[in-house]
Amino acid sequence: MEKRTDKNLYTLLFATGMVIVVGSLLAFLASSLKPRINENKRIEKQQNILYAMGVHENEGNSVAFVEDSKVAGEFSKYIKTQLVITDGLNIIEDNDAYLIDIKKEQTKAKAGESRKLPLFVGEKDGKTFYVAPIRGKGLWDAVWAYIAMDENMIVQGAYFDHQAETAGLGANIKQRFFMDDFIGEHLLDQNGVFKGITVSKSNADPTNKIKDDNEVDAIAGATITGDGVSAMIKKDLKLYQPYFDNLKTN
Amino acid sequence: MGLLGKDSKLISDPLADNNPITIQVLGICSALAITAELKASIVMSISVIFVMGAGNVVISLIRNIIPSKIRIIVQLTVVAALVIIVDQVLKAYSYSLSKELGAFIGLIITNCIIMGRFEAFALANGVWRSFLDGIGNAIGYGVILIIVGFFRELLGSGTLLGYAVLGDPIEKTGLYSIGYENNGFMLLAPMALIVVGLIIWVQRSRNISLIED
Repeated sequence: MEKRTDKNLYTLLFATGMVIVVGSLLAFLASSLKPRINENKRIEKQQNILYAMGVHENEGNSVAFVEDSKVAGEFSKYIKTQLVITDGLNIIEDNDAYLIDIKKEQTKAKAGESRKLPLFVGEKDGKTFYVAPIRGKGLWDAVWAYIAMDENMIVQGAYFDHQAETAGLGANIKQRFFMDDFIGEHLLDQNGVFKGITVSKSNADPTNKIKDDNEVDAIAGATITGDGVSAMIKKDLKLYQPYFDNLKTN
Repeated sequence: MGLLGKDSKLISDPLADNNPITIQVLGICSALAITAELKASIVMSISVIFVMGAGNVVISLIRNIIPSKIRIIVQLTVVAALVIIVDQVLKAYSYSLSKELGAFIGLIITNCIIMGRFEAFALANGVWRSFLDGIGNAIGYGVILIIVGFFRELLGSGTLLGYAVLGDPIEKTGLYSIGYENNGFMLLAPMALIVVGLIIWVQRSRNISLIED
């Protein structure tokens, strides 16, 4: 005799029931945890921006952000103005500019609409930092960064992160040995033309002593992630050049 | 193991003579993908122990009401739901840890050891025995992952858990001062396969009853 659980009607009912139970369980879980998750992401953005301009708690080779509980205070202490740049030189102040979703803005730009470029102007020890968020593609998924520059577009600090790069290879872009290499690198060439910074395999400068070659040393085994980082810097930071040009002429 | 009686074999077998990776040849994909670093191997092992244990229990509980025609889909749904729960809870309550785990959590779904054990064991056995089988296989998987991760990180990057144990390759200190070089090839997936192969060789030469004709 056919078993009860082999009947078509039973199978159909079981499948329907399973979808309803599992679906509502996950929906309930996701919606009840959402406020906490969004808050964590908001804190992380502030920590990343501060990290790029050198406000962090690094010791030795570690990467340590300002503590969660202190981050709001530190953010308002160090970040003096948050700007939103549109269409080259249309600049407005917006205290929630750090919440702008770069991914959405990039999609807008692709569709031909004007793109909002957030820029965070911070001050630390009498020095002014301009921190820009950028985003691109790695090997598996998105890579992004916060780059702190001075008024000559020389990098003062960088924080890189990724969605799903390979552990031990591409994922090493968020290690100190890679990020710290960017400090002091020039984004412009000697003639003031924007050149970006290339993550280079043929760079004969592994200790990164030469800072005006527009190159840092690549990570072995992470060619595509490195190329993604180079492309993201070239494409996204170039958009900020009019702002810096304007800064100098004024 | 007195408490477990003869069930203790469910834990001890997958650690050696019925290891999921070296004998059952399951879970090879993730063993190649994430073992370039010891830390990633350890984290992945712990996550799989949790999902495997819980998944085997759930499947065993509902084993008599699962329609056999759609049992694979049911199994997939259970793993996927468990993995999403782990992912969301970590994101809400331990954000930094969830950042570290990142891609691995999603990768657990694709781990064929999990589906393999559901199909081969949990569908036919009681809850407690299924739980032990899940934990045992996940530990057996983890042990191999950690061995492979250990050698790949040590020989490939000269570090262990991120600490430079062999000296500094750029400043030429420690071992590097006498001409030692890191083997970058160790960081690439093919070397994981070769390391797993070496483990299989060692294991079968010590216990020749494991060699198939």
